[in-house]
Amino acid sequence: MLETTWFILWGVLWSVYFMLDGYDLGLGPLLPFLAKNDTERRIIHRAMGPFWDGNEVWLITAGGVTFAAFPTTYAMMFSSLYSALMLILFALIFRGVALAFRGEVDNPRWKAFWDGCLVVGSFLPALLFGVAFANIFRGLPIDAAGIYRGNLFTLLNPYGLLGGVLFVCLFLVHGSLWLAVKTAGALQARAGAMAGRLWPVLLVVAAMFLLGTRTQTPLFNNYQARPVLLLIPTLAVASLIYTYVLIRRAAWWQAWFASSLTIVSITLFGVVGLYPNLFPSSLAPAASLTAFNSASSPLTLKIMLGVALTFVPLVIAYQTWVHFLFKDKVTEQDVTYDEGY
Amino acid sequence: MDVLMLSRLQFAGATFFHFLFVPLTLGLSILIAIMETVYVRTGDQDYRRMARFWGKIFIINFAVGVVTGITLEFQFGTNWARYSKYVGDIFGSLLAIEATLAFFLESTFLAVWIFGWKRLSPKLHCLCIWLVAFASSMSALWIPIANAWMQHPVGFVLRNGRAELSDFLAVVTQPFAFQIFFHTVSGAYILGGFFVMGVSAYHLLRQQETAFFTKSFRLALTFALIFAVAAVVQGHIHGAEVAKLQPTKLAAMEALWDTQANAPQVLFLIPDEKNERNLVEWGKIPGALSLLAYHSSQATVKGLKDFSPEDRPPVALTFVAFRVMVGLGFLFVLLTVVGWFKRRNLEASPGYLKIMLYAIPLPYLALQAGWIVTEVGRQPWIVYGLMRTKDAVSPIATSQVAISLAAFILVYSALGVLAFYLIGKQARRGPEPLAAAAGQGEES
Repeated sequence: MLETTWFILWGVLWSVYFMLDGYDLGLGPLLPFLAKNDTERRIIHRAMGPFWDGNEVWLITAGGVTFAAFPTTYAMMFSSLYSALMLILFALIFRGVALAFRGEVDNPRWKAFWDGCLVVGSFLPALLFGVAFANIFRGLPIDAAGIYRGNLFTLLNPYGLLGGVLFVCLFLVHGSLWLAVKTAGALQARAGAMAGRLWPVLLVVAAMFLLGTRTQTPLFNNYQARPVLLLIPTLAVASLIYTYVLIRRAAWWQAWFASSLTIVSITLFGVVGLYPNLFPSSLAPAASLTAFNSASSPLTLKIMLGVALTFVPLVIAYQTWVHFLFKDKVTEQDVTYDEGY
Repeated sequence: MDVLMLSRLQFAGATFFHFLFVPLTLGLSILIAIMETVYVRTGDQDYRRMARFWGKIFIINFAVGVVTGITLEFQFGTNWARYSKYVGDIFGSLLAIEATLAFFLESTFLAVWIFGWKRLSPKLHCLCIWLVAFASSMSALWIPIANAWMQHPVGFVLRNGRAELSDFLAVVTQPFAFQIFFHTVSGAYILGGFFVMGVSAYHLLRQQETAFFTKSFRLALTFALIFAVAAVVQGHIHGAEVAKLQPTKLAAMEALWDTQANAPQVLFLIPDEKNERNLVEWGKIPGALSLLAYHSSQATVKGLKDFSPEDRPPVALTFVAFRVMVGLGFLFVLLTVVGWFKRRNLEASPGYLKIMLYAIPLPYLALQAGWIVTEVGRQPWIVYGLMRTKDAVSPIATSQVAISLAAFILVYSALGVLAFYLIGKQARRGPEPLAAAAGQGEES
């Protein structure tokens, strides 16, 4: 029971991370396509400014919770996915630094360099998180001794790549909707149009992913065993479609929420299908790491549950307050003074 | 080189680089919070400008600290999988608690502070920076608790082929953790103080914004003086704990080869690790080491030869790092005490100001040296007496680690140069004019 609770919490933390960091990871690669001049680029930066760092802490928490609740999975998962994870970490370094350093020197080439870093540094994590999770859904070549028999390129199989493309598309739509929420005028119109153009692509990719999941992974076994769980993928499909309805109505806040729900429910769809596995082996089923054989001791799980149930709601409360505090649209005036300050 | 050596180099490099930025975050956040509090209470615009000026430097520094911190948490899994599996039940939860309790608070409220100058009332805005300061020092509590467990594991049982938590309170309240915590934060507060004094000295020497920088200097001076004295006093208590809990580390710190009662403190020596002796020993104070370590000049201090060679840490590095840290610690007391007597007329002492300008790197050096003592002195153990470093590494391909290490060196070097260039640029630029700070600056 304790293990299952933690498994659910683990899935929820990752899905909240993807939902929150998803909009700034998605907005990064769109920078050159949405902004026509430096002021607009600065507005896009400012649209993420007060939020991206707080969003990224969800990654640290998701990673930390994997370590605390399922240390064996943390050890196996992170060492097996070594190269992919290092690429993600370096990309996140470049992205974070780009957001912090861009405004510090008033030189077009300096700014162009950091804009490039923001694009690549946002795109790569989006892609690789998708690739990593799709491979986990599919199972990884781990031998009976618990050693990963593969490398970075093993992960880049068709289904893995499909997962990567799915995450990229989800985040791009999510990011353009966030920009539509945070801006007005021409930039908002461009962001909204971008979301509208990207949505059909996302729909096709999502449909392919669903099909791929059916043929390439055992995820649907859990759903066949308990059909009531099919509510989750149903919710994912419904919120994805409703996102488009809201985009057409130019109801940006609502569309962003629908898109958030899509990301959360797609992640949970995968996680629920995975249960009780956390890091399944495709070579030796006995070597699969599950919520039960890789969990911490009951004492640690109990203490951490207390910590999580006390502090995570508190974090959600003050981060919601921050989003509310900075809910106003970013204007040209905001960025023409001292940048980032 | 093998995976073990490459992983050790990578983790050491990444940690030391990360810790170039963490101490300034710890020290400067409190100073900025004090500045803003003075502004809120007195309405003195200079203090508002001070909070904003030092705040700008803080932001650049903080960003690099954040992005380099994430890689550390993940490296326990990527490179030290066997360690993570073996002790994750205890160690992993401490890291997770740090993220949920402290890091969320710090990151979220720093953003509110940066972008909230006009949206929040002065009091609420000031509260934000206090929350940042509180949260960063909370981070600095949980990480030392985790580190202290690696130095002196408590509250666990060996069960199911791993170390499992048996007593959470024993882990989070062990006195050694608070020794490490207090020594780390006082070092960081000294660094923050010296940084502010050094930058202020630069401007005072050029007679720019003298009122502004005199106020900054004096505040930082008081702060650094308190913690410089505290660090020396507490450092002594800390050392006595090390003597008790980690005898091999103490022996390496002092390059003491033979177990002896009435052990002397040697003022100058050159260790010769290969031949298990010291080449030169000059200035012996009989009984002083026994006295310092065990509060009795007759006490027996264990020498390195009492331990088999595979249980000893690298001696020369631990010894030199310890001497550097202690020497600098005393220098910080000296410099701040001298400053205390010159505080009323700083501009009349250009010589002192110049020294303080060039002293900026010294606390950085002292802190890095301190961590070398802590971490190198713990070797060959990753968890003292429980697990060896060589048994902790991940079963992964050498090429992967070689490539990532090369990437770390490349990226971090560039990042370090850029970060310190930008911090220097911002520091030299000086504060914004009074009108801008009070007026339009508030906008953004």
